[in-house]
Amino acid sequence: MRKRILELAHKAGSNGAHLGGSLSLVEILDALYSQNLNHNPYDMNRDRIILSKGHGALALYCILEMKGIISKEYAETFETNGTALFAHAKRDVAKGIEFSGGSLSLGLSFAVGVALACRSNSLNNHIYVILGDGECDEGLVWESVMSASHYGLDNMTLIVDCNGLQSDGFSKDIMNTDSLESKFSAFGCTVLSVNGHSERDITKALTAEHNGRPKVLVAYTLKGKGVSFLENKQSSHHLVLNDEQYKIAIMEVEND
Amino acid sequence: MTKYNARGFARLGQSGSIFGMSLIENMDNYPLKVLSSDMSVVAGLDRFKRTRPDDFYNVGIAEQNLIGLSAGLASEGFRPIAVAQAAFITMRSFEQIRQYLGYMKNNVICVGINSGFALTFFGNTHYSIEDLTLMRSIPRMTVLSPADAGSAVKAFEAALNHDGPVYIRLTGGLLSPIVYKDDFDFTIGEAILLKDGSDITIFATGTIVANALKAAELLMEYGIYARVIDIHTVKPLDKDAVMSSKHSKLIVTIEEHNTLGGLGTAISEAIAVTGNMPSLLKLGVQDKFMEVGDYNYLIEQSRLTPELIKEDIVNKFSNINI
Repeated sequence: MRKRILELAHKAGSNGAHLGGSLSLVEILDALYSQNLNHNPYDMNRDRIILSKGHGALALYCILEMKGIISKEYAETFETNGTALFAHAKRDVAKGIEFSGGSLSLGLSFAVGVALACRSNSLNNHIYVILGDGECDEGLVWESVMSASHYGLDNMTLIVDCNGLQSDGFSKDIMNTDSLESKFSAFGCTVLSVNGHSERDITKALTAEHNGRPKVLVAYTLKGKGVSFLENKQSSHHLVLNDEQYKIAIMEVEND
Repeated sequence: MTKYNARGFARLGQSGSIFGMSLIENMDNYPLKVLSSDMSVVAGLDRFKRTRPDDFYNVGIAEQNLIGLSAGLASEGFRPIAVAQAAFITMRSFEQIRQYLGYMKNNVICVGINSGFALTFFGNTHYSIEDLTLMRSIPRMTVLSPADAGSAVKAFEAALNHDGPVYIRLTGGLLSPIVYKDDFDFTIGEAILLKDGSDITIFATGTIVANALKAAELLMEYGIYARVIDIHTVKPLDKDAVMSSKHSKLIVTIEEHNTLGGLGTAISEAIAVTGNMPSLLKLGVQDKFMEVGDYNYLIEQSRLTPELIKEDIVNKFSNINI
């Protein structure tokens, strides 16, 4: 999947791509899409996967392609003129995309509404929301978490891709979102810390008890994971991958 | 459709008529969910909450989340109605309304209560004189601004049947003046001619329409005959109604709102592209924050009493005729 992310980013050429935050998401998405979830877009009972950190869209497109939900040709329209697959995923349920991301924190608030609706309709499904740790700077995240917990939404799981970096640098320097576990816990959620690059850890946490509350996985990851010159680098947030860098990157992820 | 009772509605005000009567009458006809950000008592939602506790969500003082939850519910097929103070639902949640309702096409009805100067001594933080500007700038939004309580019920029922997101701007208080004594047809996007006249055309919106009508009466003493048109739909604007003013000697817009961006601006945009139209006098809040006072004080300071409207029109009209 990392290879495909790099391929599409390279194809995007000078338009650039959000590589760092897509590469940190790989195992999270792999683990999530390996669960026995209902992806049938025409079934009300489908599980909803909402990418609130919309700039992770490239990783989402790749997992959707790998799972056969979108075609190879469709995935390759990434960042071409007139495409539906641009830097921030746009809602298209038939194509497995539940939410139009881009403006951080909006996915979570929307997801709380979806979770309320699904419960109200007595649906047998689950709502997964993927957030970034930088995104947790946004006030709306906390309004939303408070409400998810208030309504006892145990049909929702939040996964925070905690890569420790945001656009301007390390989160601990920009706006410290440290101890996310205690923050989510104080807001009334069931919280688990996981190694965000261990599919086994993530899978185990995904199946853990909710205890009548929304569940939060704080998944520790590396931004730019798998590519030495991107790993844990601020510059990996959004970049143009030149031919030389692309060659090295592909070699590294293939040898991993 | 709720039985039309102009006096009964007027007693309840716009918000009370919608939520205390029309909502209750219509609640079985639509897959409704009502959400409020700690404003349900003020809005008159008590009866709905008691009757349908499972279809009501109070999200607390969190207008952004109010729109997020509403959008999520709409995406699953519910018909959510989000209720908050006009100033906060349109300004604090502007981006949420743009992304979730405009861009993502979630059909939520946003009801802004206490718009304009309704909150008098609460001060400028609670006045809502930019909501028309903001809401009309969002693609796909329909913006309704009813003239009295009966018209508010009509607007609400039209919104329930409308395919698209809607903002309903509620102004005036209890015992607000009646503009529509009898039942009438309310169609989104079709302005209503309330009074005919050969000299000028007045376009007005919201409960200040009543003052426009009174001003038109006063103008007759000066030999000025005014047509008065209720623009209950600020977006989409009724272009035919605007064009119908081309034979007037003057166009006047009246709004309890900033003249920058609201009804006056909408009309000016429409006439500017047409060309050969009469000149325009925009009455309303002249792009400023207010000195605080009671409703009559605020209306007087912004020159929106019938007497002051008449005075400004007479001045302008006599200048054109020279």
